Amino acid sequence: MSLVVNTAISNHPDPAWRGRITASLIALIVLWPLLIASEFKPWILLDAQSLGATWHFLASFFPPAHSKAFLLLILQATWQTIAIATAGLTLALLSAIPLTLLATESLSVSRLESGRMRLASTVVRQGARWLLVLLRSVPELVWALLLVRILGLGPAAGVLAIALTYSGMLGKVYAEILESSEAHATQSLLKNGSGRLAALLYGALPASASELVSYTTFRWECAIRGSVVMGFVGAGGLGQRMDESMKMLAGDEVSTLLIIFVLLVACADWVSTFLRKRLG
Amino acid sequence: MQHLPSTPPIIKPATLLFLVGLLTLVCASFYSLDIQWSLLFTADAVRSSVEFLRGFTPPALTWPFLLKVAQGMLETLSMSALGTGIAFTCGIMLAMPASGRFGAAARWVMRLALNILRSVPELVWALILLIAAGLGPFAGTLALAVHTTGVLGRLFADALENMPPAPETTLRINGVQPMTAFFYAALPQILPQLMSYTLYRWENNIRAAAILGIVGAGGLGQMLKYHLSLFQMQQAASVIIAMLILITLVDGASFWLRRRLTSH
Amino acid sequence: MSFVLNGVSIRHASVVRSNSLALIDVDLSIKQGEQVALIGPSGAGKTTLLHTLACVHQPEPGGEFSVFGLQPWAMQPAQRHALRARLFLAPQTPPLPPRQRVVTAVLAGRLPQWRFWQAITSLIKPREPDVAYAALARFNLQDKLYARVDRLSGGERQRCGMARLLVSKADAFLVDEPLSALDPTLALQTLAVVQQEAVNRNATLVCSLHQVELALDHFPRIIGLSDGRIVFDAQRDEVTETMLAALYRNTPPTEPTKSAYPEDTCWSGPSPC
Repeated sequence: MSLVVNTAISNHPDPAWRGRITASLIALIVLWPLLIASEFKPWILLDAQSLGATWHFLASFFPPAHSKAFLLLILQATWQTIAIATAGLTLALLSAIPLTLLATESLSVSRLESGRMRLASTVVRQGARWLLVLLRSVPELVWALLLVRILGLGPAAGVLAIALTYSGMLGKVYAEILESSEAHATQSLLKNGSGRLAALLYGALPASASELVSYTTFRWECAIRGSVVMGFVGAGGLGQRMDESMKMLAGDEVSTLLIIFVLLVACADWVSTFLRKRLG
Repeated sequence: MQHLPSTPPIIKPATLLFLVGLLTLVCASFYSLDIQWSLLFTADAVRSSVEFLRGFTPPALTWPFLLKVAQGMLETLSMSALGTGIAFTCGIMLAMPASGRFGAAARWVMRLALNILRSVPELVWALILLIAAGLGPFAGTLALAVHTTGVLGRLFADALENMPPAPETTLRINGVQPMTAFFYAALPQILPQLMSYTLYRWENNIRAAAILGIVGAGGLGQMLKYHLSLFQMQQAASVIIAMLILITLVDGASFWLRRRLTSH
Repeated sequence: MSFVLNGVSIRHASVVRSNSLALIDVDLSIKQGEQVALIGPSGAGKTTLLHTLACVHQPEPGGEFSVFGLQPWAMQPAQRHALRARLFLAPQTPPLPPRQRVVTAVLAGRLPQWRFWQAITSLIKPREPDVAYAALARFNLQDKLYARVDRLSGGERQRCGMARLLVSKADAFLVDEPLSALDPTLALQTLAVVQQEAVNRNATLVCSLHQVELALDHFPRIIGLSDGRIVFDAQRDEVTETMLAALYRNTPPTEPTKSAYPEDTCWSGPSPC
């Protein structure tokens, strides 16, 4: 039995072998600095001190905290998380709609005539697009960090952070969906002199309605997860509760909160799937 | 006389109920949050916000600081790349039981485990793993790996369940061991799809990696928290710009790689 | 004796038809080295019979089934799996992963003989490309050795499936409609190669065909199936027009079923083995 991959010299050598060796070497060369930069030292996990600390912490998870007072607190925090997500997404929707209208090419009247858009409309359109890109590229937690400093601790920062980030996401996807749908209906309406908004409502929207709704409900579910995370910088909700519990290393509270997270996400997932099936 | 067909209801009762429920939810949300909207937009508030934002410009561009930022970018990039890569491997391993190849009980248990992994946000994983791994980017890498394994494991398992089974089952009929048949027939069929999911997930993970540092897991996030807490706004601005550049680069790389995969 | 079946009945595996029988009361014995053709209309149960011989379907209680003198369904699952390595089932649609290279797809016939780590390293660098080359050369496909499966034509893919058969070390070949995508000349050549290989190894060949003339010209023994039963089991010279007409009574001789993976209706998932 040969110990090497293939010691026999073949009459029909593999043409891909050279490329594979090269690719592997390149991968290793790239991997090395990544491992160094991220301080990848798995043996730390097995260090006696860290094992002890981990064990101690995990052990404190059981039993999960279930005093009435704490559960009530969690219930309030859960509702606050859902409220932050819903309010934020609503604001995002309201601001995404005008931005979408600006950014969608198929609603361009000037393009009808010459096949190309006027310079001014192009600039406005590109501007709207870039604004959308900026809004969704900045991580929502960064928005939350900044807003907490402006608005103080509390849910307002969370709501606005979600509103800003998600208006970018919703705007982009709405524009894509509207553009990829049949332009013919919208074009015909515009050619016959209808206003842009009317063309949108009667032309593009009916065709894409279910996709738009589907994406929005999917984003609502994401917003719930996002608002949990933002609690860690002081924006209220379950995240803030968990931040406090972790700071006190109260393992039992942490484990209850983890269970609630998982249940909340599962419920939101279920609701979102249900809605998508009913409305799709 | 001709009878017009009766007009169908404009809105079905079920849809109406749903819309009413939705409206209630939205109003209840705004009401219960009790945000003093008017206070946010007073002249005073607007002025102090503008001043706050003014403090960010111009972003700090001194050479030693830029070097630090570059290092932070490398740390963040490494966290996201390694975390996603580890999740790819673990995701494939966990997808095997999660797709029913080891029985219905194993499938149920594994899917539950994957759901738990992906329900807990990366930030929370990072907080927990900081205890085991200490401060720094290692905890961030692990947190991303754990969370992304849940996401990818579920996607991979679904892909395995939906692929045409004939190549793999034929190998098993002909006496090949199940694991070998998996590598010879199942994995080659779905590998492009798996890689596409993974690359798409990398786009999410670079954003996550950027902010994990806020709880102490290194990279640009840790720098941001540090400079904000010291009110060094210009440095913070540079860090945020660096985040944006990194996110755009990774988005572009992911898009390009996915295009190459599908066009091959 | 390769295969002995006594009163074997097989239930339909699909959920929709699971209360009816796909094969009814089949009595059959095939000696080692024999070459048998299975003919019959679509849905007669030819694929089910081949899968039964391949130890995929367990017969209903009351039926006896033995392979190479052994009882597969009285064995431990691990032993039964080892027995499967001695049988080679070639389904109607070539079970080749689209993006895999031909060399790996063909060498997959050797997998039962390889250890796990050998199999994995062969994925990175094929272990025995010369063996695959020789097998493909017998079908005139040697130039495609390192090509991707999805760049081949339907006929070429079918012949690659046969090349996998040549590479395997099985003692019995169970082949399901191997010539459906081939023109008449290629069909004759391919059949000749497969039959020659069976003779060389003294392997049993059971081949289902929809081209009745090919079956009569090249196989010494013909079995006709209809509605799950064996209608006749005769030597080639004894088969008459009347018998064939009775076999295809309700259906004119048709093209083989062109569904993507017809064997899926028989094999509905990993069975506990």
